[in-house]
Amino acid sequence: MSAILPPSQRLWWKEPVERIEIVWIAIAFVWCLILTFMMPYWHVFGKQNLSNEAYRTTPQAFAAKAQAVVDKWKVREVNGVPVVKPPAGADIYLVGRLWQWWPAYELKKGESYRLHLSSMDWQHGFSLQPVNINTQVLPGYEMVITVTPNKAGEYTIVCNEYCGIGHHSMLGKIYVVD
Amino acid sequence: MAVDRTFRICPQTGLAYHRPAEQLMKAHAVAGVVALLVGGVLALFVALTRWPAVHMLPADKFYQALTAHGIDMLIFWIIFFEMAVLYFTSSTLLRARLATPRIAWAGFALMVIGALLTNWAILRGNSSVMMTSYVPMPAEPNFYLGLILFAVGALIGCFIFLATLVIARYERTYEGSVPLVTFGALTACIIAILTIVNGAIILIPTWLWSLGYIGNIDALLYRVIWWGLGHPSQQINVSAHVAVWYAIAAIVFGAKPMSEKVSRMAFLLYILFLQLASAHHLLVDPGVSAEWKMFNTSYAMYLAVLASLIHGLTVPGSIEVAQRRKGYTKGLFEWLRKAPWGNPVFSGMFLSLVVFGFLGGISGVVMGTEQINIIIHNTIYVPGHFHATVATGTTLAFMALTYFLIPTLFRRELVMKGLAKWQPYIFGISMAVLSLFMMGAGTLGVARRHWDMAFAGNPMGFEYPTTAYLMMGLVGISAVGAVIGGAAYILITVGSILFGRKLPAGETTTQPEPVRAPVAEALEGHGGGVGVLEARGTFVLAMLLLVSFVVYYFINWKYLASVWGLS
Repeated sequence: MSAILPPSQRLWWKEPVERIEIVWIAIAFVWCLILTFMMPYWHVFGKQNLSNEAYRTTPQAFAAKAQAVVDKWKVREVNGVPVVKPPAGADIYLVGRLWQWWPAYELKKGESYRLHLSSMDWQHGFSLQPVNINTQVLPGYEMVITVTPNKAGEYTIVCNEYCGIGHHSMLGKIYVVD
Repeated sequence: MAVDRTFRICPQTGLAYHRPAEQLMKAHAVAGVVALLVGGVLALFVALTRWPAVHMLPADKFYQALTAHGIDMLIFWIIFFEMAVLYFTSSTLLRARLATPRIAWAGFALMVIGALLTNWAILRGNSSVMMTSYVPMPAEPNFYLGLILFAVGALIGCFIFLATLVIARYERTYEGSVPLVTFGALTACIIAILTIVNGAIILIPTWLWSLGYIGNIDALLYRVIWWGLGHPSQQINVSAHVAVWYAIAAIVFGAKPMSEKVSRMAFLLYILFLQLASAHHLLVDPGVSAEWKMFNTSYAMYLAVLASLIHGLTVPGSIEVAQRRKGYTKGLFEWLRKAPWGNPVFSGMFLSLVVFGFLGGISGVVMGTEQINIIIHNTIYVPGHFHATVATGTTLAFMALTYFLIPTLFRRELVMKGLAKWQPYIFGISMAVLSLFMMGAGTLGVARRHWDMAFAGNPMGFEYPTTAYLMMGLVGISAVGAVIGGAAYILITVGSILFGRKLPAGETTTQPEPVRAPVAEALEGHGGGVGVLEARGTFVLAMLLLVSFVVYYFINWKYLASVWGLS
C-alpha cells in the first residue's frame, strides 16, 4: 500500500525512473508540442481565425451605427426586422439585445464583410447555424470579424449564451445569395 | 483546553482515525451526498426538459432548475466531499491529529449556511442566472453571499489541512516524505486556495454591485476573473480525483507508484500551469488577443495536459505492475481481465479513469484549441465535456472511494451489495453515453442552457437536423440511466449508514505508531531502469488513447476548415 504510505526511499527524487515512463513522457511531450504548434500554424495558413480587433463602445453608440447601416442599405423586412443588403467589403453591425438579433443581412457568397458585434444589455452568444460558428457578444465591447460566406442559403443566428427567460426565442437571420 | 488525541485504529484496514477528524469527515461526506441528492433530482428535471419528446418543465422552471443543478453538483457536492478527502489524506493517512477541530467545524457551518443561502436565493426565483452568473444579469444578493460564505468555509478547511501537515511533521507522525496521495491532495489544496482568491476578487464586488454599492462591473473583466475561479475549481477536482485513483490502486492492489518522482512532478505541473485555464472560456471573446489566448489555453505548452497523460499511464501502470507481481502475467491484459471487476471500489475508479481520459481529456483539449473553439463554444458539446470529466471522472472516483469509506470510516457493512456491484457500471456507462451524445449534438450546433431547440412558434425559426433531435433524445435516455445510477449510490450509502450491520470500532489509542515507509519494497525496488517493460499492457492502452486523440483532433481541424472564412 505504497501510494498511501511514505515513499520507500527517503530521497524519492533520486529514485531511477521506469523506462516505460520515460518513453511515454517523451511521446506525450512531442504530442504537446504539436498541439502547441497547430494554433500559430493555423493563424498563418488557416482561414478561420478571429481577429484581435475590438473596441470599447456603448449601447447608444453601437445602436446608432447599426441604425445608419439599416437606413442606407435596407432592402426589405422579415417578420418586422429590416433586411440589409450591404456592398461587398462594407462594415456591418449586428445588435444583440433581449431577445433579438437586429438587423438581418443579405450577403453575397464569396465576398467579405466586416461584421461588428455588440450587446445592448446582457451577455449574448452569436451562434450561426447550420455552419456552427460561435462567438461571445458582450455589452460595452465591439468585436470585429471579417466574414466570408462560402455557401449560399438561409442562416439562423441562435443565441447560445443564456440571457434570461426569453433566451430561447432570440433569433436572427443572415441570407447568403450566389 | 485539552487537545483531544484519541485515535481509533480501524481493525480491517489499520488506518488511524483521529476522533474529531472522523466526525468532521463524516459530516462533510454526508453534506456532500445531500447536495448530490438535490442536484440529482434537478438533473432529472433538466434532462427530461432537454429531451425534445418529453420537454417537461416550463422555461422559467427549467432555467431555475439548471442553475441549481450546476451549483449543487459542481460546487457543493464536490467541494464538501473534497474537504472530507483533505482531512482523510492529512489526518488519517499521516496518523496525525487534525489541527483545530473547532475551527474546522466553524468552516463546515459556514459551508452549510452558504449552500443553503444560495439554494434559497435560487428557489425564490429571481436568481436563475446559471452557475456562471455573468454580469450584468443580476441575481439576488444572497445568491452571491451564499457562494462567498461557502468559499470562506472551504478556505478554512484548506488551511486546516495545511496546519495538519505541519502538526504531522512537527510531531513526527510519519517517516520521510508524505505519501503520494497526500502530495496529490496538497496539490488540490494549493489550487483550491488560488481558486478561492480569484473567487473572492470577483464575487465580493459582484455581491456589492447587487446591493447597489458598486455601479458597474465590466462584463469581460468579470469573465476573466470568474473563470479564474470556475476553471481552476475543476482542476481541484482533477488533482483530488487523481489522488483518489492512486489511493484506490494502493488500497485494492497494494500498488506502488511506478516512480514517485514522475507522479509527483506531474502533480507539480498541475500547480504550475492549471491556473491558466481561465482562457478556455474566453477563446471567442472580444478584447483578448490571440497571443494571450494561445499561451493560456495551452497551459503554456500543454504542460498540464502532459501531467494528465502521465497520470493516465502511471495509475493503471502501477496496478499492472502490482497484478503481474501476483502472477497475472499472461499476455498483455491478463492483469486487467483478472482485476476485481465486481468490487465497486475498483470498477468505479477504473471507469472514472477511462471515461475521464478518453472522453473528458480528449474533448477538453480539442475544444480548448483556440480556433477549434469557434465551432464548439457554448454548444451542448461543453456540458458533454464536463459530464465526462467531473460527473464521471470526479464523481465516480468519489463514489468508488465511498464504498471503501463506509466500512472503515462509518463502521457499517455495505447493504445491497448486489446493487453496489452494478452501481458504478450503471452510472459510469450512462454518463459516458450521455457525454458522447451531448458532444455529438453540440457538433451539430445545439446550444447549451437552452429551453427549446425547436424554437416552437418563432417566426424566425430554425430546424436543427433530425440527427440532433435523435441525439438529444439519447441524451435524455442516458440521463435517466445516470440518475438511476446516482440514486442507487445514494440508496446504498444512506441505507448502509442507517441500517448497515455495525462493525467493531477497534482499539483506541492516544499514541498511534508512526507511519513507516515499507522497508522490504525499498530494498527490492522494481523495474527502475532495468529495462523490463513491466507495464506493457498499460502502454498499449496509453497508445490507443493517443491515437484516438490524434485522429479526433485533426478531424476537428478538418471540420473547422469547412466553415465560413473568418479573419
